[in-house]
Amino acid sequence: MSDVLPPSEAGQVGARRLDALHLLTLSAALATLLLLGGVVVFLGIEGAPALSGTSENLPAGASSIWALAWPLLYGSVWASFLAILLAVPVGVGVAVFAVFMARGALGRWLGTAIDVLAAVPSVVYGLWGLAVIAPRAVPVYEWLSTRLGWIPFFAGTPSTTGRTILTAALVLAVMILPIVSSVSREAIRLVPSSSTEGAQALGATRWEMIRTVVLPEARSGIVAGVMLALGRALGETMAVAMVLSPKPFLVSLRLLTSENPGTVAAYIAQNYPEAHGLEVNALIWLGLLLFAVTFAVSFLARAIVRRSGGGSR
Amino acid sequence: MKYDKSVKSLLAVIAVAASLLLTACSASNETPNGTPPVSDTGTPKVSGTLNLGGSSAQTAAQTTWRAGFQDANAAANVNYDPVGSGAGRTGFADGAYAMAGTDDAFKISDIASSDFKLCVAGTGIVELPVYISPIAVAYNLPGVTNLNLDAATTAGIFAGAITKWNDPAIVALNAGTTLPELTITAVHRSDKSGTTGNFTDYLSDAAASVWTFGRSETWPESLGGEAAEKTQGMRQAIEAANGAIGYLDASQASGLGMARLMVRGNAVAPVAEAAAKALAGSQLEPGRDDADLVFDINRVPTDASAYPLIMVSYLVACQQYQDGTTAELVKAYVSHVVSREGQAAAAGDAGSVSLWEDAALQRRVGEAAASIR
Amino acid sequence: MRIARKRRIADRGFTIALACCGLLALIPLISVVWTTASRGLRRLDWDFFTQSMRGITGAGGGALHAITGTLLITFAATLIAVPIAIGTALWLVEYAAGSTSPVIRALARTVRAVIDVMAGIPSIVAGLFMYAVIAVTVGPGYRSGLAGAMALVIIMVPVVERSGEEVLARVPSELHEAALALGVPKWRMILKVVLPTALPGLVSTLLLGVSRIIGETAPLLLVAGFTDSMNYDLTDGRMVSLPVYVYSQWQNKGVDAAAYDDRAWTAALVLLAGVVLLHGLARLVVRRRNQTR
Repeated sequence: MSDVLPPSEAGQVGARRLDALHLLTLSAALATLLLLGGVVVFLGIEGAPALSGTSENLPAGASSIWALAWPLLYGSVWASFLAILLAVPVGVGVAVFAVFMARGALGRWLGTAIDVLAAVPSVVYGLWGLAVIAPRAVPVYEWLSTRLGWIPFFAGTPSTTGRTILTAALVLAVMILPIVSSVSREAIRLVPSSSTEGAQALGATRWEMIRTVVLPEARSGIVAGVMLALGRALGETMAVAMVLSPKPFLVSLRLLTSENPGTVAAYIAQNYPEAHGLEVNALIWLGLLLFAVTFAVSFLARAIVRRSGGGSR
Repeated sequence: MKYDKSVKSLLAVIAVAASLLLTACSASNETPNGTPPVSDTGTPKVSGTLNLGGSSAQTAAQTTWRAGFQDANAAANVNYDPVGSGAGRTGFADGAYAMAGTDDAFKISDIASSDFKLCVAGTGIVELPVYISPIAVAYNLPGVTNLNLDAATTAGIFAGAITKWNDPAIVALNAGTTLPELTITAVHRSDKSGTTGNFTDYLSDAAASVWTFGRSETWPESLGGEAAEKTQGMRQAIEAANGAIGYLDASQASGLGMARLMVRGNAVAPVAEAAAKALAGSQLEPGRDDADLVFDINRVPTDASAYPLIMVSYLVACQQYQDGTTAELVKAYVSHVVSREGQAAAAGDAGSVSLWEDAALQRRVGEAAASIR
Repeated sequence: MRIARKRRIADRGFTIALACCGLLALIPLISVVWTTASRGLRRLDWDFFTQSMRGITGAGGGALHAITGTLLITFAATLIAVPIAIGTALWLVEYAAGSTSPVIRALARTVRAVIDVMAGIPSIVAGLFMYAVIAVTVGPGYRSGLAGAMALVIIMVPVVERSGEEVLARVPSELHEAALALGVPKWRMILKVVLPTALPGLVSTLLLGVSRIIGETAPLLLVAGFTDSMNYDLTDGRMVSLPVYVYSQWQNKGVDAAAYDDRAWTAALVLLAGVVLLHGLARLVVRRRNQTR
């Protein structure tokens, strides 16, 4: 990259007139800018009419688009946060395991198995969550509720169907696990072997080597993976729509009850088929807001990585 | 560069496989369009393409009707887009669909103010109740095979006022049945749906003092309870929880317990005949054209054997089309839909109620269908 | 040597914890695959691959229309997304990184930020975007495979760009230097040295992108619509893909519910098998490349 050429030559290259390939690749880069700009502009055009909506023509008789949006945005962020909390330790663990311990066939097999699961359609995860996770979660939730009910998260009457926000977060966690682990695996693999060998030569155990050398050096890559996963979790639609039992306009910290905050993506999917008129504009505006949230999150993550002295990205 | 070759050969294999699949294959159950009509029977064949769209509740029934119609008319092609009732009505008014399927009929004021693109101006529209389906109040209560409920008790359960299965109100309706002391999990739909609309319509008409939330296609947001997505989510939720109760299309409730609703002291099950009677006993909405058969469903029937919790979905057409070919196709298709065979096929495949269950109803709809020009 | 012992125990405990992570991750994965496979095998027959759902009201029928739809939509999305993504990656790695011009550096920073933002775009937002584009340009009723593919492009570009950038950055710098020292112009060097060297990596990047979008349901449901018949025309008419097929089979059941369930699971199994196949091919390509180097 930049160290390919000595500075004098690099200057020459910069001064040289643009060749055709440079133009071509530059236009590709500009096309990505255009794509993102297009997303914002078109969502804005079609979503803006919803701002003038009233309880007469907005979905669910909301008094304004914001009254509808805030609880749903909260639900999206809350469910995704729980999913990340569950998935990241396991995902990074699997990545470390695959790179350092399960070398050879087992590691490759594990990697492929997990990568393939990234492509399982979310509908299947939804069906699986309903058929496998939710029923098994019911007794666990009852136990949590009787023993730990004094903790606000576990308060309230536990759901008898298991279709709670915690179940949704569990299904989401399984869905984003492949993303977290495959991106972290690549990041860990890219840590120069000189660093790891150096640590081991100094007498560090494998755990110390991973803790002090590998994880810090791979951090920016891991954070990038978490961001990707967060994007997927925030936007996950079908699985959440199928698994979660939502209540409109609800903001709650409770994890185990039948009444849960809804998520933006699931709300859009559930109301889009029968929506018409201004309701469609409202759903598009909700989409734009969800996009703004993912934007803010990724901006925040970049700032964190940069401040803590992580990699160049 | 060997690897280069291997990549190239890989791409070549993919390209060949894809092109083979895309060119050589056509679905073995589909016949290519434009096959000349086989005129071995006396009935006249029609040809051409009709695009319909609307209510997703009609999807299964429309599939059946289209299959039967296209079997009889090999050169005819009918498409149905399950885009939702609202989009179906808009599409019909704009001329995108030759007919629309809708769970809510056009309002009289809308008909007056709309300019239906495909219709001859000023001739009005035809709305036919072609898809009638009982909605079951389904429950999961092991050991309880018979359950009677009335509108007030049902409203109490879904409004959260009745929370236990052995509540005196339920016990009073079910003499001889032992009801457990179990918490009721009342399940409603989390998506916007015509089923919820009809269910809340029933509750607000038949139990106005208990159900104060009116009619709404989205569940009243002030109420709590378990929410599930669409019919299949509802079914799954009821199956999942001991003590759950919900509402769904009766054809999708097999295997679950289905409550009988009390009508004038009589417990009525959600079966075809009882549903047809409820529609036959309802009044047409006043102020509409002769062929605009929109019912104001009577949720408190006078007939003690009618099941009032029904859903009616309409097929909307022009009274008179500007285009003669379209009119001919529409006429042929509609007459297939309301025919004895068409209605019976939908009853078998989609679980709807045949119009032929009630002679007076069938005659009325048949006449309206025949009036399309 | 108490400290050393403590460290050894910590190391052992850590190894066990990691192995547990591996197991914990595998349990749901195995469960998903097992459920899909055991239920999907029931309808894995000839009809499933040779028939569409046109005129099918109960048992029988197949997913040929959904399989071709998936292939066409995915192919179209890849055709649009990959040149944009790889082009952007090339520009960032080969042109922008070596540049001293502040304009180019600022542009490169912006492009990277944009890619990061795009990576976080929820797929349903991509679908809504295409819906908005359609509503503004041709009117809200339009549905087509191409619109679905365009929505998938938004999701695919950042995935392919990011991992493509990693791959390109890993091309050894000696190769660049040798070529440039021989007086080869930069564009020739890129076409003749960088791209061929990176090709296997780029192929697996491409497959990563494909497997990211092939299971998408929500955006296609919004803009590609649903049909039960064959449609080869990407630009006109509704086109169904396997995930949408799974959803609609599960959701819009007729009286014979089991037939619909079986078709849904079989379609999911076919999709899963297709992705496994893709990954196998990618591995083959990478291995060939390693052997011949």
